[in-house]
Amino acid sequence: MIVLLGVLLVIVGFATRRNPLLVVGVSGVATGLLGDLSPREVLAAFGNGFASSRGVTIFAITLPVIGLLERNGLQEQARTLIARFGKLTTGRFLVLYLGLRQITAAVGLVSLGGPAQTVRPLVVPMAEGAAERSHGPLPEKTREKIRSHSAGADNVGLFFGEDCFLAVGSILLITGFVNTTYHQHIEPLHVALWAIPTAVFAFLIHGARLLRLDRTLARDFAAAPAGAGAVPAMASAVDSAAEEKLK
Amino acid sequence: MIKVEWFFWLVGAVFLVMAAQMLVDRSNPKRFGSAAFWGLLGAGFIYSTRVVEKTSPAEPLGVAVLVMVCLAGFGFTGKGTVPTTSREQRVAIASRLGSRIFIPALTIPVVAMVCAVFVKKWHIGTEPVLQKGSETILGLGVGAIVALVVGMLVVREKRISVPVHEGRSMLEAMGWALLLPQLLATLGSIFQVSGVGKQVGVITSKVLPDGKIYVAVIVYCLGMFLFTMIMGNAFAAFPVMTAAIGWPVLVVEGGGDPAVVLALGMLAGFCGTLCTPMAANFNIVPAALLGLKDQYGPIKAQLPTAGALLVVNIGIMSAFAF
Repeated sequence: MIVLLGVLLVIVGFATRRNPLLVVGVSGVATGLLGDLSPREVLAAFGNGFASSRGVTIFAITLPVIGLLERNGLQEQARTLIARFGKLTTGRFLVLYLGLRQITAAVGLVSLGGPAQTVRPLVVPMAEGAAERSHGPLPEKTREKIRSHSAGADNVGLFFGEDCFLAVGSILLITGFVNTTYHQHIEPLHVALWAIPTAVFAFLIHGARLLRLDRTLARDFAAAPAGAGAVPAMASAVDSAAEEKLK
Repeated sequence: MIKVEWFFWLVGAVFLVMAAQMLVDRSNPKRFGSAAFWGLLGAGFIYSTRVVEKTSPAEPLGVAVLVMVCLAGFGFTGKGTVPTTSREQRVAIASRLGSRIFIPALTIPVVAMVCAVFVKKWHIGTEPVLQKGSETILGLGVGAIVALVVGMLVVREKRISVPVHEGRSMLEAMGWALLLPQLLATLGSIFQVSGVGKQVGVITSKVLPDGKIYVAVIVYCLGMFLFTMIMGNAFAAFPVMTAAIGWPVLVVEGGGDPAVVLALGMLAGFCGTLCTPMAANFNIVPAALLGLKDQYGPIKAQLPTAGALLVVNIGIMSAFAF
């Protein structure tokens, strides 16, 4: 029972908004020691965990090229391009991206999208560009909302697309777990098939919410006078957010 | 054969080069702490190869990880001001280059796709060209390198230091968030070896009422949802909840179709992933990368969808599994 204190530490830490790295570090050490690991074993657990999970950090390799392109006007051009499509509102554009992300993930192409590869350099400038065209300069609250929904469309599309693909990790985990633990035989294809209904609902539900976002944005603009607290570009927004964190 | 470890060395080397740049960047008030943090991260990437191969002990790496946690957690890292182009210059360059600027950006996904679909099947003799099981990671890595070359040609940039500086500026802006997903994955494995999962399984099987199959469906799905939120990962929650309820109660006792029960149980877990800061690479990292003031912005955007889909999953499982 006592090892659950480590879980409690994580919940309390996140709830009180401590630095997440510290929360995780402290909880890891505490849980390991409460779970009867020696200090040496705790250190080894941290080392082994770091080594085997390097894959989640590999997106950093794309940052130099994205940085180079942003320096040369990638986001500005993305805004210009989207301005040519008159009927493409923010919500409709994000629905389009959601659908593309689901379909490509469903055929196994999970690394086509992602926050570093597509959301920051392309999706956000286009979604913001569409809103700017119909409403003018964006208030900061609206900009945050559009960026949050761009990240959300990427996640929802990925999660509820990839499970329809039978060679993906989660399907193999399901069949592998059952086949070794219970000595049964479950076909990956059969499991993947049952992911399709939820994938359809995910598109309908999240798509409807994205279309409603257009109305929310229009209302925000009606409430806040255009240009109030406008932040011109992503780079400056990143800077101010980072400064905020340093305080 | 192209090994995935080579790419981890490359990523490690990039972090080390950026750490060296930070060390001499006098515009960063905390340049020593920053350089130490990113330098340790880069060295850790390279040293990890020996840990994975079990030729070196994991303990020194564990010490390095905890030092990184302290450096970032107690505020010893900061950021400098990397000289870059102004907004006016960017608009001017964009109007000159036009849509050619998209070519390098689209190179990353196209190369990743080609690697995952075609190069995956290539062999030299009997050896596959790309290490088996790592094709997507390698595809992303190859895509990034090809895109960098294409990008430098398109924007006519000759100095390799320029993209490295720009990338470093993005790294500094993201700060500790970059390390969080890896650390959370580590925490998950510590939870596992410490028996946290077993305890949760014991508790859930105690509170579960007997013989009420639809209550058990709700408990299984809600359990996947909540446990995924705590662990930040549906894969970690799945074995626990399935061993506790999914298999013994829903499949064996209730006679449910295992494919339906397990597929939807996992998807209920994914709903939890959308709602938790513990799934840092999906929720906290994008917030940092997009410069959001509210680090929970993406989670808030996803919450209603996650809640609705949890109900949908419970409904589909109830309707079709039995």
